[in-house]
Amino acid sequence: MLKHFLNLQRKSFFRAASFKTNLIFKFFMGFMALYFMVVFLSMGVGAFYLLENSGLGDPLKIVNQFLIYYLAIDLAFRYAVQKMPITNIKPLLYLPFKKAQVVRYSLGKTVVSFFNLAHAFFFVPFSIVLLIEGYSPLGVIGWHLGIMALFYCNNFLNVLLNNKDSILIPLAVVFAILGISQYYDYFDITQYTAFFFDALYDVPWMAILPWALLVGLYTAAFNYFKKHMYLDAGLAQKHAVAKTEDFTWLDRFGNLGLFLKNDIKLIKRNKRSKTTVLTSVFFLFYGLLFFTGAIETYEGPVWKIFAGIFISGGFLFTFGQFVPSWDSSYYPLMMSQNIRYKDYLNSKWYLIIIATLISTVLASPYLYFGWGAYVAVLVGAVYNMGVNSYLVLWGGAYIKTPIDLTSNKKAFGDKQSFNLKTMLLTIPKLLLPLLIYGLGHYLLNPTAGYIFVALTGVAGFAFKNIVFKQIEKVYKKEKYKTLLAYKQTS
Amino acid sequence: MITTQNLTKTYNSQTVLNIKNLEIPKGQSFGLVGNNGAGKTTFFSLLLDLIQPTTGHIINNEVQVDQSEAWKPFTSAFIDETFLIGYLTPEEYFYFIGELRGQNKADVNALLANFQDFFHGEILGQKKYLRDLSKGNQKKAGIVASFIGNPEVIILDEPFANLDPTTQIRLKDIIRDLASKQGVTVLVSSHDLIHVTEVCERIVVLNKGEIVKDIVTSAETLKELELFFSGNEGTESAFSERNTSL
Repeated sequence: MLKHFLNLQRKSFFRAASFKTNLIFKFFMGFMALYFMVVFLSMGVGAFYLLENSGLGDPLKIVNQFLIYYLAIDLAFRYAVQKMPITNIKPLLYLPFKKAQVVRYSLGKTVVSFFNLAHAFFFVPFSIVLLIEGYSPLGVIGWHLGIMALFYCNNFLNVLLNNKDSILIPLAVVFAILGISQYYDYFDITQYTAFFFDALYDVPWMAILPWALLVGLYTAAFNYFKKHMYLDAGLAQKHAVAKTEDFTWLDRFGNLGLFLKNDIKLIKRNKRSKTTVLTSVFFLFYGLLFFTGAIETYEGPVWKIFAGIFISGGFLFTFGQFVPSWDSSYYPLMMSQNIRYKDYLNSKWYLIIIATLISTVLASPYLYFGWGAYVAVLVGAVYNMGVNSYLVLWGGAYIKTPIDLTSNKKAFGDKQSFNLKTMLLTIPKLLLPLLIYGLGHYLLNPTAGYIFVALTGVAGFAFKNIVFKQIEKVYKKEKYKTLLAYKQTS
Repeated sequence: MITTQNLTKTYNSQTVLNIKNLEIPKGQSFGLVGNNGAGKTTFFSLLLDLIQPTTGHIINNEVQVDQSEAWKPFTSAFIDETFLIGYLTPEEYFYFIGELRGQNKADVNALLANFQDFFHGEILGQKKYLRDLSKGNQKKAGIVASFIGNPEVIILDEPFANLDPTTQIRLKDIIRDLASKQGVTVLVSSHDLIHVTEVCERIVVLNKGEIVKDIVTSAETLKELELFFSGNEGTESAFSERNTSL
């Protein structure tokens, strides 16, 4: 039975449409994964000595003190990102498998997920260092096993939580209050929890407790799923109550308004697009790395422009990148309806421009770091609007990854939401302004650098009609390939 | 209205469609039948310029569809759910299509009023997005949307599949009405021989991409088609008879 399941899993992985990407990208991704592994491993090894040298006391005690928050953050992160195991159960329901087997397999799948294994990269080397440094072997093993069980507890807790919003929010509030009260020295939960984690080391057999909890949670998750394995219960999709919206204020823009209306609805009503817009908000904070001097390499003058482009261009990079793909599920309609490419592209262009302007306004707190910082944002915004807005629309014609708007998949592992091809396409969009700025900065002065970049952006505006004609041609040429690619939804 | 000449579509040396010549006059209700893989959807996709012909071309009202886009204003279609925008409510979808076709809200509402019966109270005002409607109701919305804006050519791929019996009967009346009274050229494909014979004045049978029958519908048409598809006619029949006798 298990053989069948594993076989299905293997096929679904290797036959996914997104898997058949360029070999170079696969290598690149493998390289990235390897890089992060090394980073985590060295963190696990280094953490002990770092803590020891910091003079805060016993490293194990310090880790134990903050472990409760680590676990809480882990749970929150899982809730936001980890995929639920219910996908692909439907076709198995009527086949001669026992329900218990299907549930066990689905839950088992979550056990080997990245979210559990990732912690091993820190805790395994950390435990090994503990042993090397002469901590009691039995104690370390007890502690390690206990902590491991707690992470798996989080795993199954998350499975349960995902179906009950009512539990998560109070839990998050409790942790927030505890965190704040610890910060202001009102009440320190970590004293109590640290006592427990310390006990795992001092009295190794205590590790049985978290394991018992784990068994309990597994059983609960198992029973919950088994009970709810019906199409109208646990496997049902939640439907939102729909409201017809007019946005009549957009009517005055004619055809442009018509498409803008649709795009606003697209963003508002689909999970994928909402997530994307939220992601773009995080770009606003990216500048903090540059202007606070948190990272030394970012202190070179050209990097200010880099920051400016990122801060104002969050939406441009996350949403604009996928422009025709957002409409992939109904692209045949768009292609056979009475629509001119120009109108279609124009509305997307305006959407990007408006979002860039909003980001620029929202970024005004960067004034706190002085005029220089905000000017970089402004110049970046002009460049984004004048040049990058075309580049994303143009690049979008080649991307051709169908987007499943309704998809409830939350994982970053989903290659649709984290496409390296698109990441690589951003490089010319970022390096060119750096070069232009560098030219002005090093040949004349910093102001000249800013002016050069801004002028490039303004020049882009002037050539809008010509550039749009070219982009239109590309879209027309790619039409049939795009239609074919969108048909192959995985 | 629609002229097809030397049209072929080939995928990796496999020809899936090969139509030497096909004329569809204005105002005809035209039925396309054939087994799976006969090329019905391929033909419709070529008509809508969703795929490119390998050779030949289609001319729709003097516009060559793979060269110019001027056929779009007077042609509409519902092929499958990729013609629906899932995150819109049915109303929003109708208005969107309407605006693309130069119809304001009042025009669209006036048209929709004629289809109250057809919708059976399950489409309008349901507080549901199109993606959350049942397959049958999605189809109803898509079909009605293709009537918006007085198109001269309407293309419907398998319009009867997934519809309940009441709606099937109503749809048949609507299609007949469109062709006979309003002079609209209606192209319909179906697996259901009874439906097409009831609705279409002319029926073309596709088999492995080629036209094997072109019939003006009469009382005997259904019999003729049934005979053809049961395999008891022509060259294939000898083969199957031999097989059954064994």
